[in-house]
Amino acid sequence: MNTAATDTEDVQKEESMILQKAMISANYDALSTAHEEGKKISSTFVPGNLNELLMCFDFVRNLPEINALQAGMRKKSGGYIMEAERSGHSEDVCTYVKSDLGMMSKGQVGPNGKPLPTPDLLLLSYTGCFTFMKWFELVRDQYDCETAMLHVPYQADGKITENMRHFVVTQLKEHVIPTLERVSGIKFDIDRLREYLRESAKAEDDLVWVLQSAKNRPSPIDAYFGGVYYCGPIFTAFRGTRETTDYYKSLRVEVEDRLAKGLGPVTPEGTLDEERIRLVVEGPPNWTHFRDFWKMFYDEGVVVVASSYTKVGGVYDFGFRHDPDNPLETLADYCLGCYTNHSLPSRVDMLCNYMDEYQADGFLVNSIKSCNSFSAGQLLMLREIEERTGKPAGFIETDLVDPRYFSSANVKNRLESYFQMIEQKKARGQDRTAA
Amino acid sequence: MKCFIGIDLGSTTTKAIVLDEQQTVLGRGITNSRSNYGIAADVAKQEAFLDARFFLFRKLLHDLPALTGHVDDFLENLEQDFRLQQYLDQLDDLRRTCIDSASDDRLAADGPETRELLTELFRQLGAEAVNLFGPGSSRKSDFFRDIAGSQYSKASRSVTEGSNIRFESMLNIYDRSIIDVENRITNDTDEAMFMGALERTCKRSDNFSQLKDELRAPMKTVLDTELEEAYVIGTGYGRATLPFSKEHIRSEILCHGLGAHIMHPETATVLDIGGQDTKAIQVDPHGIVESFQMNDRCAAGCGRYLGYIADEMNLGLHELGPMAMKSTRKVRINSTCTVFAGAELRDRLSMGEKREDIVSGLHRAIILRAMSILSRSGGIRDQFTFTGGVAKNEAAVAVLKELAEENYGALTMNVNPDSIYTGALGAATFAQRTMVH
Repeated sequence: MNTAATDTEDVQKEESMILQKAMISANYDALSTAHEEGKKISSTFVPGNLNELLMCFDFVRNLPEINALQAGMRKKSGGYIMEAERSGHSEDVCTYVKSDLGMMSKGQVGPNGKPLPTPDLLLLSYTGCFTFMKWFELVRDQYDCETAMLHVPYQADGKITENMRHFVVTQLKEHVIPTLERVSGIKFDIDRLREYLRESAKAEDDLVWVLQSAKNRPSPIDAYFGGVYYCGPIFTAFRGTRETTDYYKSLRVEVEDRLAKGLGPVTPEGTLDEERIRLVVEGPPNWTHFRDFWKMFYDEGVVVVASSYTKVGGVYDFGFRHDPDNPLETLADYCLGCYTNHSLPSRVDMLCNYMDEYQADGFLVNSIKSCNSFSAGQLLMLREIEERTGKPAGFIETDLVDPRYFSSANVKNRLESYFQMIEQKKARGQDRTAA
Repeated sequence: MKCFIGIDLGSTTTKAIVLDEQQTVLGRGITNSRSNYGIAADVAKQEAFLDARFFLFRKLLHDLPALTGHVDDFLENLEQDFRLQQYLDQLDDLRRTCIDSASDDRLAADGPETRELLTELFRQLGAEAVNLFGPGSSRKSDFFRDIAGSQYSKASRSVTEGSNIRFESMLNIYDRSIIDVENRITNDTDEAMFMGALERTCKRSDNFSQLKDELRAPMKTVLDTELEEAYVIGTGYGRATLPFSKEHIRSEILCHGLGAHIMHPETATVLDIGGQDTKAIQVDPHGIVESFQMNDRCAAGCGRYLGYIADEMNLGLHELGPMAMKSTRKVRINSTCTVFAGAELRDRLSMGEKREDIVSGLHRAIILRAMSILSRSGGIRDQFTFTGGVAKNEAAVAVLKELAEENYGALTMNVNPDSIYTGALGAATFAQRTMVH
């Protein structure tokens, strides 16, 4: 039995979630008033974002994927997507892109209901998603603003070489930083960058502790649905700030408390008291039906103990931390190490490691219909992980922010079948052990 | 007698299986899922219990020396008479409901005439009923809605000729009434129905008439046997709508996997093509599901596709397979979209293609889609078991066998005559295991 929220509309939240909401809200307000206050705005993407570097030039940071995600959660993305399709964008194009373009066409109102000003700079750190490039091409065409592009070599062989690092650092020195200086009118101060990086590393320590708390039974967190909240500040406009360090400190205290009390994760429906199944999940969640989707897991006592999606904005749990002593090199390593920049074999290794380390009962892929970049190869990964771990794997398909591609009944049907399959296999394993 | 029941609520049909403690299948029941899964589950279960009584009766009749060599003949007659009685009872219910419906305000002006026509129409339907359930009879469907609907439509045309009542008005009355009739569970007791059928069968033949008293005793024994519902498990598309607690519900994936294993213990891969789902399931040597894949978001290439094609061609669903088997030329159809299928069909006909070749091409198209789902699930392993409503279609079976061997080499492909009950059998087995273990 799980402790359901007494009123289904009364969503249960952790303190840290409330704190994060305030941070996000403040950032949207800062974006709304940036130009009035004489500040510049940079748009940039989550994977490989150079937040600390942008802060050195006082840019207010705008993250288009987060805007699309917010639009999805606030049930606005459907209208934006249709607007983009009316302008000629195909049904198969990434729905983050279409949501963003649709939002621009419909008056560019941000999730806070206030106008989102035109960015002064598009900073594109390319870490494996080809669509990002096309996205910013379209945005640049619309805004006619400056673009800084950082080419990050793909980790095809599963390791970062000195050449790769050097290539990224050179671009930072010769192209990215000069562009940021020119657009912002502020001179680069490497010590300021070091300070921010020092804060980042502190927050990263606490984030890793929180994510790894899921190794306990019961897990005090859900590392997928809850995980997206935990990663929010560090993956977006806040990494390197003092408030982010404080956020993760507070989150860690919260999780430590839950762990000490032997409590399960907080979900919108209430605390998950009985952990029946532990999963590792690959792929982003669906945002338009986020709560319904999570409830499908909650209802069956399923907790996600590790996920790849919480690594797209940085992989920290294998030791990497931003290093203030090597500021540009560490930015290069961060970009090179993002999950999106990993080859399929590296991803499989990482996920197998999670299956083992977090004692998962199964591996689930939520494949994104409109994401051609990352859906390719997921079935092969699934087979490989299934074979290597001997644990049952499941596969469902939804979408990021296109509500038309979330069929509740079908997703629920497949998930229930998958969960029952895991339980059946577990029961059989127990029978064998008993025999 | 303790009975374990599995109910599979499919999008098109609802199936039930009754097992005893030794996992012997006592009875099978099937009905159309209509728009009311609760009723469909009750009807299917009731049918399965009736079938169980026939099964038990058959066992006792084998001990009756006077009937030696005639048991099958007798039971065939008895079942026909039973079904006839069932049909007549429902027909009477339909008659009353239609007449009530004809008194509807909108039809008040024509009410008396309409009621007269209905009385005549149902007299004709009653008279024709014997032919539908007589020896050697064949029906396009076993569901009351389909049989009565087809007869009603034909009779409406003749009774409305020369009258002031339009044929369409009569059909409207039927459409309004059939849902109510379908959603009413008959109150007849098994005893009244069985004894009535026995009377009818004995009247039909002198041989059986002489044995009437001897036959009554075993029938009474069977009817007095309490069939106790020890445990019920529901599965299938509509399982969430059943008034069952969570412990009484299993996913259709698990049930089809286990059901296929019970039917064919060497099963390694299962393909189930149902009304709106295609499932590819890999099972271990104990029938435990190892992995599965299903069609997502779109039901293209599922059983409904064939139903739609049959409607477009004005054929019964069961006529499609035999027609496709007559094909002499391959016609490539790419679209498995149910909505596009009609357009594709008409286009091919206009190009002069033969109906049987087009229908054969349509069968190939859905099986190609199933092959893709099979690949995603891990391919086809020996033995391969094909289940679901589409497994009754000989053309679909032939194409599947050809493509399976072309892609995965020689293998044993099982198609059980009762494959439509695979999910219900798996559910009933889960029910039995839950109680026994």
